Amino acid sequence: MRVALQVTCVNDAMFPDTGKAVVRLLRRLGVDVDFPRAQTCCGQPMVNTGYLDEAVPVVRTFVDAFAGYDAIVTPSGSCAGSARHQHSIVAERSGDAVLQAAVAETGPRTYELSEFLVDVLGVTDVGAYFPHRVTYHPTCHSLRMLGVGDRPQRLLEAVRGLTLVDLPHATECCGFGGTFALKNADTSVAMGADKARHVRDTGAEVLVAGDNSCLMHIGGMLSRQRAGVRVMHLAEILASTEETEGESDGPVVGERAGDLA
Amino acid sequence: MTSARDEILRRVRSALDGVSPAVAVPPAPRAPDRGDLVALFVERVEDYRAEVTRCTPAELDGLVAEVLNGAQAVVPPGLGLDVAGSVVDHGLTSIELDGIDAVVTRAAVGIAETGTIVLDHQPDQGRRVISLVPDLHVCIVDSSQVVADVPDAIALLDPARPLTWISGPSATSDIELDRVEGVHGPRTLHVVVVA
Amino acid sequence: MSGTFVGMPAFPTAARAALGNTQLRRNLAHATHTIRDKRAQVVGEVEEWEALRLAGAGVKEAALRDLATHLETLEESLIRAGAVVHWARDAEEACEIVAQVAKSHQVDEVVKVKSMATLEIGLNDHLEREGIAAWETDLAELIVQLGDDLPSHILVPAIHRNRAEIREIFRTRMAASGRPAPDDLSDDPAALAGAAREHMREKFLRAKVAVSGANFAVADTGTLVVVESEGNGRMCLTLPEVLISVVGIEKVVATWSDLDPMLRLLPRSSTGERMNPYTSTWSGVHPGDGPQEVHVVLLDNGRTRALADDVGRQALRCIRCSACLNVCPVYERTGGHAYGSVYPGPIGAILNPLLKGVSDEQTASLPYASSLCGACFEVCPVRIDIPSVLVDQRAAVVDSHRDDRRPKAEAVAMKAAAWAFSDSRRLAWAERASGLAGRVMSRFSRTTLPGGRAAAGRLPGPAAGWTGARDLPAPPEESFRAWWDRTDGGQFGEGR
Repeated sequence: MRVALQVTCVNDAMFPDTGKAVVRLLRRLGVDVDFPRAQTCCGQPMVNTGYLDEAVPVVRTFVDAFAGYDAIVTPSGSCAGSARHQHSIVAERSGDAVLQAAVAETGPRTYELSEFLVDVLGVTDVGAYFPHRVTYHPTCHSLRMLGVGDRPQRLLEAVRGLTLVDLPHATECCGFGGTFALKNADTSVAMGADKARHVRDTGAEVLVAGDNSCLMHIGGMLSRQRAGVRVMHLAEILASTEETEGESDGPVVGERAGDLA
Repeated sequence: MTSARDEILRRVRSALDGVSPAVAVPPAPRAPDRGDLVALFVERVEDYRAEVTRCTPAELDGLVAEVLNGAQAVVPPGLGLDVAGSVVDHGLTSIELDGIDAVVTRAAVGIAETGTIVLDHQPDQGRRVISLVPDLHVCIVDSSQVVADVPDAIALLDPARPLTWISGPSATSDIELDRVEGVHGPRTLHVVVVA
Repeated sequence: MSGTFVGMPAFPTAARAALGNTQLRRNLAHATHTIRDKRAQVVGEVEEWEALRLAGAGVKEAALRDLATHLETLEESLIRAGAVVHWARDAEEACEIVAQVAKSHQVDEVVKVKSMATLEIGLNDHLEREGIAAWETDLAELIVQLGDDLPSHILVPAIHRNRAEIREIFRTRMAASGRPAPDDLSDDPAALAGAAREHMREKFLRAKVAVSGANFAVADTGTLVVVESEGNGRMCLTLPEVLISVVGIEKVVATWSDLDPMLRLLPRSSTGERMNPYTSTWSGVHPGDGPQEVHVVLLDNGRTRALADDVGRQALRCIRCSACLNVCPVYERTGGHAYGSVYPGPIGAILNPLLKGVSDEQTASLPYASSLCGACFEVCPVRIDIPSVLVDQRAAVVDSHRDDRRPKAEAVAMKAAAWAFSDSRRLAWAERASGLAGRVMSRFSRTTLPGGRAAAGRLPGPAAGWTGARDLPAPPEESFRAWWDRTDGGQFGEGR
């Protein structure tokens, strides 16, 4: 099976450790994952802001980059949702029949990470070790657009050492919403404040989710509040083992400041 | 000048130009068999904080008198029941009705799933206004009139008649979305189920 | 007599003000969570709910797609049943028809059943200008009317008010329009409802003309349906001599049996009840029972504009249950007034631009008043894919500015992003630049995220929208792409 990683533009530019974690995790599970170099972005930032014409070349780049792979795995519910539910809208807008055929064929091969692990590989215990108190936020697009259901929780419950605690009002949106976070910043922050409060109420050390964009928003608020809760992508927890746990003093998002200085 | 009618119909046709009118409408599903319909009906009516009493045909007269407890009632001309001290409606005005405490009617259908009674305002139920203005509505439902769910009721009812579907007493959720019984319609609904 | 939405600012500005209203925030959070839980409970007890939604969506979609036929059938059925049918292209025409009918009976007042269509067309203000008082009889509408306020919710227009505020409105305002509130009025909801009962009853008993809307209009039988709770609807539909119903053309369903899925879907979605207290149906004039002169005004007012929109057409399936408002995280925090329309919340964010177009700034801001979380679609009883229509209406907004002389900064940014995202080499170049910025930030930033990563605190300029309330992680020195190249996908060097 030829498997491609769609790392997503946000992870590529801002959260490379999530991409590395997916590579490490999939290799550990015996999947030889490839990173098609021509990939860029799924086009969602343009589509969700109403720039459909601008999204056409981006979607074209997407389908070209991932042509020929059996499965496209992405550590983002939102980007998987974009490929599966929005690319057809963009392709129709383009009037290009070839592009329409290509997206119809690419969409169903695109899997969010937890879907790929549970449905395609058939595993829930990925051999991870993460001895921390964790709470899980189901991001809206993974929950409602993709319907990943309890797959992420099943994966987390199988992680050795991990204590999973329920997040109150878990299914409520965190308020990120892409450009919504900027265009309606006040409302976005009001939503995020409530989400951050619910996270703090769990007493968890780590907030985990399947989308780094949402985590950047919630984590940015938790950080500003000096809440003492860090955010981590699901892939990074699932990639953790006793070896990696030993070499760091805890989970990190991205590079640690000390490494950069 | 084109009429508003012709203009609107033209706009509708133009809006739907090239749109196929054929839509597959899936049939509405049926609720699963819930067993004893009358028991369910009673339970669901009570859920609305309506009062429900079950009785035999022989007990009906006495029970209605007991429920009214001396309150004066208006009754429809075809009620088929002697209610002591009642006024038979032959065109009472709203103001006259406003001076009467209670109303006794029968019903057309009872719906078990939703705890609803439907009046189709035949002579045993009377004009719509009589079951509206008085503050206590005593509604007699025969157990044979109870059907399982909304589609059964729709199939039995005649749309050419005026219909009033009643599920509990008048209520509102307009204050903090808290349900409060009793606004403009009868504040007390007493359903008598005869079997 | 009542406030106006005219001149409202765009959503972000109106929302900012609303977010600062602590009483509003508290009232809305309480009310929306209460109704959300009630809905979830009664929907949860219907095992075949999804099939019921599909049936409901099918009934409405089928009616819309053959609307001209059904409207003609409805007209015929209504006339046969003794009703007078009027058609109104727009709000002005509809208001004028109602005013003419009322004036022909020499009345100076009408009683009104709560109706979204009559709110939409601004009927009360129009009648007031014609010297006719329009009394709202629904409790929440009464609260709004007495308080010179604006509705903020489809089902519960006074959802933004709590019991203490309502008591104050009744105590100070009722006397000016009829029977005053009792001196010892408490803020107990039952007492407040009781005061409304006393206040309205004299109006019901003397009214000659009533105005209503309709939840459904059945084409083949000419039946109109009003779904309500309090009995004010029954009062208006039964006591007066003349009844005028203003009905949007999208309210049509084809047949009597089509009411089945709708009457099961609406109450559970709306008030969270198995069935609402009262549903009235009538078909024209019923001799000897109820109004003997019945008028029906079939209203377009932008509906045919929405009907022509292949993506947006589904918004006309809406049965005004307001479930989407109750679950919306944006509505829950901003309330309804911020939407600047009688149709607030997610459905308002699509319905207003579909009915009116996106040429004014306020309406054009509405499709963006959503995080696209999809909670609205999940609860919609007629399966309106609101997030997809929101995105499509955003595209309509963007497209309406494509010929602008001076493009907006956002359009320039989006074009630049699209250019970079159309070729991975351009993206890699941009990432190298951001890596440099990240290196600088890491060196000089005094903010670190939990876990230790360098971050930016408050930044000026365009970044303020983000960093006003959230720290921003510094870009990593090396992008994933650069790492993959350097290590051959983690095979060499620092590969973890």
